[in-house]
Amino acid sequence: MTTHVDSEATPAPLEEFLNRPATLTQRIHSVLHRQPALSPAIVLVLAAVVFSLVNERFYALQNLSLIAQQVAVIGSLAVGQTVIILTAGIDLSIGAVMVLASLLMSKLVADNHLPGAVALLAGAAVAIAAQAVNGLLVTKIKLPPFIVTLGTLSVFTAITLIYAKGQTVALQPGNILMWTANTVSVGQLNLTNGVLLMIALYAVVGYALRYTAWGRHLYAVGDDIEAARLAGISVNRVLLSAYMVGGFAIAVGAWILVGRVGGGDPNSGLNANLQSITAVVIGGTSLFGGRGVVVGSLIGALIVQVFVNGLALAGIDPNYQVLAVGILVIAAVSVDQWIRKVKS
Amino acid sequence: MNTSTSQASSRRSRRTRAAAIGITVCLGATLAACGSSNGSASSSASGGSGKVGVSLILKTLSNPYFVSMEKDAKTQAGKDNVSLTVAAGNSDGDTQTQITAIDNAISRGDKGILITTNGDAVNAALNRAKQAGLFVIALDTAPNPPSTADITYATDNEQAGKLIGQYAAAALNGKPAVIAMLDLFNNQVVSVDINRDHGFLEGMGIDPGSKTENGKEAKSGKYTGGKGGTYTIACHQPTQGAIDGGRTAMENCLSANPNINVVYAINEPAGEGAYNALKAAGKEKNVAVYAIDGSCSGLKNVTSGEFAADAVQYPGKMAALGVSSIAKLARGGSKPSVTNGKSFYDTGTALVAAKSLDGLTVQSPSQAASACWGS
Repeated sequence: MTTHVDSEATPAPLEEFLNRPATLTQRIHSVLHRQPALSPAIVLVLAAVVFSLVNERFYALQNLSLIAQQVAVIGSLAVGQTVIILTAGIDLSIGAVMVLASLLMSKLVADNHLPGAVALLAGAAVAIAAQAVNGLLVTKIKLPPFIVTLGTLSVFTAITLIYAKGQTVALQPGNILMWTANTVSVGQLNLTNGVLLMIALYAVVGYALRYTAWGRHLYAVGDDIEAARLAGISVNRVLLSAYMVGGFAIAVGAWILVGRVGGGDPNSGLNANLQSITAVVIGGTSLFGGRGVVVGSLIGALIVQVFVNGLALAGIDPNYQVLAVGILVIAAVSVDQWIRKVKS
Repeated sequence: MNTSTSQASSRRSRRTRAAAIGITVCLGATLAACGSSNGSASSSASGGSGKVGVSLILKTLSNPYFVSMEKDAKTQAGKDNVSLTVAAGNSDGDTQTQITAIDNAISRGDKGILITTNGDAVNAALNRAKQAGLFVIALDTAPNPPSTADITYATDNEQAGKLIGQYAAAALNGKPAVIAMLDLFNNQVVSVDINRDHGFLEGMGIDPGSKTENGKEAKSGKYTGGKGGTYTIACHQPTQGAIDGGRTAMENCLSANPNINVVYAINEPAGEGAYNALKAAGKEKNVAVYAIDGSCSGLKNVTSGEFAADAVQYPGKMAALGVSSIAKLARGGSKPSVTNGKSFYDTGTALVAAKSLDGLTVQSPSQAASACWGS
């Protein structure tokens, strides 16, 4: 994972302009510019140190394991959200699609008695298909992603409610859908398969963004869509693929959610849309596209959960958790703006 | 109560506006028919002359509690020859959709509204409805102030909390209590959240310390319920009333205090999430989870020991009673009245537990199952 922290989000030639910066500020700026995940990583480490000093229980491996488990669902969604935001898009429907997929998986097993593996594939297919709808509306009908996903947010939520009739679905342990809840012990760290699955998702998508032509094209489209088109990149295909990769990430998130909930619940994951965007923004990915790395979003999601957990351990009113997250978002966007401004 | 003439005149002014907004809504029916003063179901589609129009406006349709209201209201509407229109907010706290639904009920000429209100912001619209002569019944939770509705059909949420609190205190049998409080929200004040939380504490024999806010009780001290003993409040965490929220909240509470042995959950999904967290931590045997709702799946959780006790409520009964009250009233019957000694019509609550304890009236899960709701 750490290798991705070092990855560059901008093409190499830009570095020539930033060569040998004179002042300390410029030097910091240069480093932050080259490594978008660095500033959130610093915040994460600082937050962890402070909370460890405030409460000895924070640093307990059991507690850190819990934070990892709590972050797995939003962390997975954030992979999809990052890829979409890198194209200068945004997905407001990402959580709604996840809830739909997780309910579908659970109901196919509980009500239709299908094997878990079939239900899992069906859930993944629906998530990817739903995201393909988003992608096609963006590329074929040329609607802004914000508007498209605002609309499909309602559409997918309604389909979920009609399908679920408000009922939760419980699954038996042992079903493959519950596999993500199984514990894996690494020393004293009690992770779940869901956490490992999320890490694998980051590795795969992080690698693809960094080392494949598809990844480079995605950054190019996000940075300047016209330039990318002139350079011969099939812009629509790249955009559509971003949403479908998003669909794949959603399917992973839905699988992990089923494990955490113990089945399907139309009320679980309701805040996931904004939480995934929050993680991406805090993680240093620019909402204007073309700049950022997926691992930043994992760090962003971890920062949020570390604050929620740390403040809860300190016995502080939950409202301050919300306040802290809000301030973090504004701080993260300010850093992004600062980095861009000094550049120009 | 408005007289029929004032009803008619106020309705007429409303009609004018409605007509101006959209004659198309009337779909070919004459304007006179749309605004007919018998107020029967509106649109030409349902036009039976003896039908009474009633609007059921729910918080959301993503919760089986409200879905159960919808189902029982529909059944009752069939029996009472009522034309029922169902609307719901998109999420908890969605007042705007509810206001629109209230305005629609007024323009449609409904005789009454049944509403589980999403918050104080709908009050002005409800007052408009009352002025236009509609009979307003609040379901589940009284609006604030309660006079915003003509009457409230609800469970006594505080009483429901009290029942599980008393059971929790008795079950402790004098042992120290380390309590996790899993509430609904931290960002909105909702009466059901406060009433259930405070009821539980009162049942335990702990002073909530405030009438209007959660978390104001002393963090440790003595509880006087059951045999009495010492208590510690380990945490107050919001759950959004959902399974994943309940799980995350419980995990954080357990990290803060691994000795928790009593869990209060605002509703069954939050309790289920809490149980998942306890099970993952290998603590489910030593911790008692208390929930409120009374759904059929919740009662199964009582049988299996997932919940130590559950206070049951009857949402379907509230809705069905509401529909028939408005039907009777519209056909010349009398207004419904509140339960003796309470400010609302109490549809009842009961304590359900697998084990009965001395001095407490307890239903077994199988006894309670005949009146449960949901799946």
